[in-house]
Amino acid sequence: MSARVTRSSRSSRAFAIIAGCAVVILIAAPWWAGRADMRLFSEIFLYLSLACLWNLLAGYAGLVSVGQQAFVGFGGYVLFGLAIFWGVSPLFALPIIAILGVLVAVPVAALIFRLRGAYFAIGTWVVAEIFRLLASQISALGGGSGTSLPVSVVKSIASSRATRESVVYWTALALAILVIITTVFVLRSRKGLALTAIRDNELAAGSLGVEIWQTKFIVYVLTAGLTSAIGALIFLQKIRITPDAAFSVNDWTAFVIFMVVIGGIGTLEGPIIGTLIFFVLRETLADLGTIYLMILGLVAIAIMLFAPKGVWGYVKSRYGIELFPITHRVKFEEE
Amino acid sequence: MDWVNSILQGILLGGLYALFAAGLSLIFGVMRLVNIAHGDLIVLAAFLGLTITSTFGLHPLAAIIIVVPAMAVIGYLLQALILNRTLGDNILPPLLVTFGLSVLLQNGLLEIYTADPQKLNAGAISTANVALGPLYVGVQPLLMFGVSIGVIASLQWIFYRTALGRAFRATSDNAEIAQLMGLNKAHVFALAMALSMAVVAVAGIFLAMRTSFTPASGPGRLIFGFEAVIIGGLGNLWGTLAGGVILGVAQAIGAQINPGWQILAGHFAFLVVLAIRPRGLFPRVEH
Amino acid sequence: MLEARNLTAFYEDFQALFGLDMTVLENQVIAVIGANGAGKTTSMRAITGLLPSSPGMVRWKGQDIGHLRADQIAALGIAMVPEGRQLFASLNVEENLIIGGRSGRSGVWNLSRVYELFPVLGERRHQAAASLSGGQQQMAAIGRALMSNPELILFDEISLGLAPIIIKQIYQVLPDIIGGGISAIVVEQDISKALAVADRVYCLSEGRIALEGETGSITREEIFHAYFGV
Repeated sequence: MSARVTRSSRSSRAFAIIAGCAVVILIAAPWWAGRADMRLFSEIFLYLSLACLWNLLAGYAGLVSVGQQAFVGFGGYVLFGLAIFWGVSPLFALPIIAILGVLVAVPVAALIFRLRGAYFAIGTWVVAEIFRLLASQISALGGGSGTSLPVSVVKSIASSRATRESVVYWTALALAILVIITTVFVLRSRKGLALTAIRDNELAAGSLGVEIWQTKFIVYVLTAGLTSAIGALIFLQKIRITPDAAFSVNDWTAFVIFMVVIGGIGTLEGPIIGTLIFFVLRETLADLGTIYLMILGLVAIAIMLFAPKGVWGYVKSRYGIELFPITHRVKFEEE
Repeated sequence: MDWVNSILQGILLGGLYALFAAGLSLIFGVMRLVNIAHGDLIVLAAFLGLTITSTFGLHPLAAIIIVVPAMAVIGYLLQALILNRTLGDNILPPLLVTFGLSVLLQNGLLEIYTADPQKLNAGAISTANVALGPLYVGVQPLLMFGVSIGVIASLQWIFYRTALGRAFRATSDNAEIAQLMGLNKAHVFALAMALSMAVVAVAGIFLAMRTSFTPASGPGRLIFGFEAVIIGGLGNLWGTLAGGVILGVAQAIGAQINPGWQILAGHFAFLVVLAIRPRGLFPRVEH
Repeated sequence: MLEARNLTAFYEDFQALFGLDMTVLENQVIAVIGANGAGKTTSMRAITGLLPSSPGMVRWKGQDIGHLRADQIAALGIAMVPEGRQLFASLNVEENLIIGGRSGRSGVWNLSRVYELFPVLGERRHQAAASLSGGQQQMAAIGRALMSNPELILFDEISLGLAPIIIKQIYQVLPDIIGGGISAIVVEQDISKALAVADRVYCLSEGRIALEGETGSITREEIFHAYFGV
């Protein structure tokens, strides 16, 4: 008998096949889904991406940010700025925006990494507020009341409306897949193992000191870049931007935290399940307005108190299923 | 003269920011808890004040007598029933639970009081002035600043001169050993939160007397309080007062240059302190 | 007075104690000895309620205290001098003592009695606890436990990390304390020190009692066997 260390499991291989099929079906959506459905799907993809990234930050790197709206709004505003001032085509702007997001995140991280734990969280919020206030000072982008994307820029994506919507849809889907692959890649890397070590035992990992700081830094900056790109796409779809919408703590952080917490923080599957649950709740309860938001708050509190590992954490501990090949398993084989 | 006047206003406003901060600082000192819903609880106190003044026709300052114990009871129950269950080595549960509480409070207040801006009418006191040399200073800001200093001094006294303060410090040092001294950790933490919420009650009433507020005003107050704590230095109540004053003055200077820069200038002061003195200007020294 | 029956304890999933039986009579000094990791500190933590135990496992003067919290057990008159002293660093010496006496149990011990027993603490009453030497900290920790006028004191690793001369001093005052009608459990790695003060010895090994008996009735050989598990 011999032992072999592997990361895949029967459930993860089955999931890979199902996910592959699902992606093919989703790519084909413009041919089978209505316009409203496609808008909803894009929104789900974008939220899914935000949730995966926030989970990477908080669930793995222990960087609990309540200020990711800083980068969502930054991405949105840079997209509008590039388009309005220089006529840069939105899709071409996306990679530029991601890089700018990374560059902006470097000094931000250097400052707020001086704050620990929960104070770090509020620090990220202050940064987002600063971004919002700065954005509302840019009069060329409409100041506090915001601005719209010029029609010519919108048309530069594609002249027909249907094609344009399909392109935006595919980009959102591609971004979501990119984010998921990136997270899996980060977590499987040596740095990713260090991250899990930090999360599981800060003291034991403490001897790694500098390396931990670097790892957290890289994760923060990488997340900021991707979040900026997502933000750009969100506001490309909305066509209109205002400081309050771009830097909304509710829309881009509270909802995202809700998704991750309810799905299961610190697992890759959690944010995906959480996003789906969130959208089911939203589609059925959103008419309740503030009551709906109160329900979200209550559910998040209840989950944190009674099932802190969320829905997926419960399933995982109960049935030992894992959809992404992250955990090392020792496999015994008869020779 | 405009400059001197606006800086003086900033100093007085700093007292209110110190009140926002003191409760935050207190519970962090005792149980390392950062309450994201702190600002929303300030706003809750403001709305409680509004209901009491309009129902009983009381002056806002008289309403404090009811709002302070009410908020203290809310704080005790909040800690004993919910937040104590989240405390441990992991910082996520308390953060996320208080974040959920923040969403809950904001929308709950919105449901009850609508989004209309409200203000507490303090009557003659809000318009009265006293001459301070060549300057005229409002009686109300002066009174608020005096009360803030009084609150900080009382907290300092409680912390360092009373049995309750000893229990706070002992539990903060080592909760396990404090239990061997017969201190019930859950009760001590709940008392700390009750005290924090008593301060929040005063802060909420003052906020409501000074400016108009809405159910969405909470996060802004949390951020001002947080900035005052970090500028002043963790674990130092007088430092927190200094932090509040610095924040208030920075905002006043910003507003004097350009009205749109008021809040931004405060945030920049915070970032500058964070960059050059990450532990704050007056970090904790042993008493 | 204190009776532990089938006491078990866990650190999460790891079982550290496997059914300990231990009895402390009035005015009795018990020594608990054993190698590192034998379960000495764990058993002290279980008795004082710092580790959860189950109803029925620990009885105090006939009352079941197995399910009580640490602060409730402390109020019944069981005090502990914890391993490593663990004074409250942000409290001064006198405040440390006062907080020890906050349960309000009446008895002979008060600030002036403690200062009489350890004059150096009186001299340094307003100093921060952290500024004391290791030996003085141990005195303050003993004083803090006495302030609650306990009927039973648990000394966990009473001489660990202290200079030999300090250990000697501490053992010199021990009879003064215990002579006042207080029972004690002394956790000690130094076997001869333990045997010198104790009426009865429990030797722990791997979370179980390997040997127990009156001090006079067991031989050193037996203890060494139990201690090293050979």
